[in-house]
Amino acid sequence: MNDQPKPILEMLGITKRFPGVLANDHVDLELYPGEVLALLGENGAGKSTLMNILVGLYRPDEGEIRMRGQRVEIHSPRDAAALGIGMVHQNFMLVKTMTVAENIILGLSDLPFVPDLREVSRRIRELSQRYRLQVDPDAYIWQLSVGEQQRVEILKLVYRGAEVLILDEPTAVLTPQEAQELQGVLRIMTAEGKSAIFITHKMEEVMTFSDWVRVLQQGRLTAVRKTGETSPQELARLMVGREVLFRLDRKDCVLGEKVLELHSVSALDDRGLPALREVAFDIHGGEILGIAGVAGNGQSQLAEVVTGLRRTAQGRILIRGKDLTHASPLELIRAGVSHIPADRIGMGAVGNMAVADNLAMKGYRGSPLSERGVLRPRNILEFAKRMIEAFRISTPTPNTRIKFLSGGNIQKAILAREIDACDGLMVAVYPARGLDVGATEAVRKMLLSQREQGLAVLLISEDLEELLTIADRITVLFAGQIMGIVPSAETTVEMLGLMMAGVPLADLPALGTHDPTPGSSPA
Amino acid sequence: MKQRLIEFWNSPVIDALLPVLATLAALLVGALMLLALGANPLVAYGALLDGAFGSLNSIADTLVRATPLLFVGVGICIAFRGGVTNIGGEGQLVVGALCATMVGLTFPDGPALVVVPLALLAGFLGGAVWGGIPGLLKAHFNVNEILSTVMMNQIAVQGMNFLLIGPLIDPVQLERASRIPQTARISAAFDLPRLAPTRLHLGTFLAIVMAVLVYILLWRTTLGYRIRAVGLNREAARYAGINVPRHIALSLALSGAMAGLAGAVQIFGVNFRMFTDGSATGFTGSAGFHGIVAALFGQLHPLGTIPASFFFGGLLVGANRLQRAVQVPAALIVTLNGLVVVFVVGTELWRQQRARRRVVERPSEHDEPSLTAIPPTAASLEGKA
Repeated sequence: MNDQPKPILEMLGITKRFPGVLANDHVDLELYPGEVLALLGENGAGKSTLMNILVGLYRPDEGEIRMRGQRVEIHSPRDAAALGIGMVHQNFMLVKTMTVAENIILGLSDLPFVPDLREVSRRIRELSQRYRLQVDPDAYIWQLSVGEQQRVEILKLVYRGAEVLILDEPTAVLTPQEAQELQGVLRIMTAEGKSAIFITHKMEEVMTFSDWVRVLQQGRLTAVRKTGETSPQELARLMVGREVLFRLDRKDCVLGEKVLELHSVSALDDRGLPALREVAFDIHGGEILGIAGVAGNGQSQLAEVVTGLRRTAQGRILIRGKDLTHASPLELIRAGVSHIPADRIGMGAVGNMAVADNLAMKGYRGSPLSERGVLRPRNILEFAKRMIEAFRISTPTPNTRIKFLSGGNIQKAILAREIDACDGLMVAVYPARGLDVGATEAVRKMLLSQREQGLAVLLISEDLEELLTIADRITVLFAGQIMGIVPSAETTVEMLGLMMAGVPLADLPALGTHDPTPGSSPA
Repeated sequence: MKQRLIEFWNSPVIDALLPVLATLAALLVGALMLLALGANPLVAYGALLDGAFGSLNSIADTLVRATPLLFVGVGICIAFRGGVTNIGGEGQLVVGALCATMVGLTFPDGPALVVVPLALLAGFLGGAVWGGIPGLLKAHFNVNEILSTVMMNQIAVQGMNFLLIGPLIDPVQLERASRIPQTARISAAFDLPRLAPTRLHLGTFLAIVMAVLVYILLWRTTLGYRIRAVGLNREAARYAGINVPRHIALSLALSGAMAGLAGAVQIFGVNFRMFTDGSATGFTGSAGFHGIVAALFGQLHPLGTIPASFFFGGLLVGANRLQRAVQVPAALIVTLNGLVVVFVVGTELWRQQRARRRVVERPSEHDEPSLTAIPPTAASLEGKA
């Protein structure tokens, strides 16, 4: 109707202070209908704060928000939803024991006392067809793969009539193919005039998904670029404030003794279904073995089996030739196994304990952190200070509860503890997930230096570039089975992508058998 | 000025005062009830205060009454820090008292310096077993410990009734027709030393020492570190190599042990024999439940539980005097105690909310500021779901 498009959403001069930190410093944001805006920045740059202000979880200290030109006050996520703003969080907010339909209507305010679930299902089917978000409304959440759960989250928003979708690192849990599908979904939505804000660290995604990029650095908006007129190199520089090395220096390493051996290991998942089927491989000292695969194909179970957190149903696990198949986590820790878990807050750290206490979680058992069962608080503090400095963990004090740190800094604290305790095998699960370019670089350097010190590294990652850059060999898990093990120098993203979709290495030359639905879960 | 007031209202100082304010609010509601019964609230509360703290004797009574509350409360702190809830203080108290009594009756001629510590140890162990059984059930079969500890209370009471009518009954009672279910008096040589002429006994001191020891256990030892880690995040504790089931069972066992100790101290410091009126309350005076309230009042910290127990002890002792002074039904006293509990527990939720708000909105010096401020949403909400 109007030739001059008006922004659907404006944030003007948004400022948010936390004690000692200026999380947002007069940040401006404009979003036009039908547009995808990428919000780029390091951990702690203020992206999440800005988005949390937009969805009503925080109140800004200064500045105003305008929706369709009207000034609005957003006090709660409900206010935001009423304005048509919705967010897909990194950790999905779904009730696992409820169905898709039940989850989608959960929290709707204008629901009749007895909701007509059949009508709801019908609308969900309609919407999922329109946006190509294939999902069964009557399936339970726990039956769905991570990719499908994300579709439910997006459906939840469009069901409520969201016009502005905020996606917090949506591709972190997807395969390359699923990420492409998501891109398609966004295209349909933007064609209808909906718009999206996309939080990410990944340059390639900025380039493929977005129309505009806004870069935040230390709470300030440092650059606004049209995606077509910029390059990944420029964006990385704008984000970090210096040139970033995309290539890491990987020295040739002499292979040491066999550190980890798996002999046809099988294991069950929490539901009692087979999660690993006769997995066999070994890792030598001075070697990084990468595990690729779509989330939910047995990677987390593999890490748990190797670290003693999950029972091995069949097969044998040897560490330095010693049979530790049914060993407890403690026995494996004593055998020199370190573990960087995928779930940082849930497993890697005790949120309500101090940073220092969390850093001491592996070393507290003995001198110098404790003597004969009595903790040595001074030594714990000293150890913590040393770790905080060596790993550049940004925390107000060592006594700050760790849950108040940013995700990247929590990860650094876990890394610090695990690397310090590691004496043989490092099991790293998605170690760089959600980290910014600078921190990712640091994590990868640390893993490489572990390797150079002759340790064995089992690296589970969803980032194929990462695996190709730092792993010596890569194996792909699909439905709990190994599709093949290849030296990383002799493989490509395409090969890995096909194996991730369930094509065994042996069948690879026959490229005609491409399975178009790689996202289905093993259930 | 207004700004200043708001700031003061939001400061942690008020947090510490909240339980006191809650008590005042409860007393205010109680005053309305007293008025409705035709009693003068001022006279009534004057009597309460006088009964609790008016004289050396009443202060001593308050402390004696507070002693089992403190033992139980300290135990509740251990359980809570280990992430489990112990509602079985009553039963553990009874079992602890029975074990201690049996030791006292078995060695009537032994030296007090040996028998009394042995009896206290028996009480400790009896309580530990009674708390440890729900602990093991929780740890290995995920049996809800709130239900199992309550049921263990019933078992303990019926066990006590059986023992006191049968095997443990005072031989003197056997010859009488009344057959009052109680044991013989334990040798006077074993009575805990008293601060004559009051009823204050060594057990109160012992309870304070235990509170300090438990504080040290929880915050200064590797065992306490493990218990707290299990209490805050079982998954992370397991990942860090901690045997989670063992520590769950242990924290409930230790919690029960404290209640058992309370029972033993009651026997050797106050009653000198075990008796029953058919229910748990006859012997325990509901200390197993009041102890929970005292622990909550002390913000689930062993050291905070010390003054909190004394406060509740005073309330219980003073209430008796109140009842006599203004001639109100005994039910009102129970109601008054209940009101205090409801108000205090209510403010505890409020206090947590305030603490959270301070962290998110305006972190103070003690409540650590957040760097990029992870909202209390994603992770925590999911955890609850």
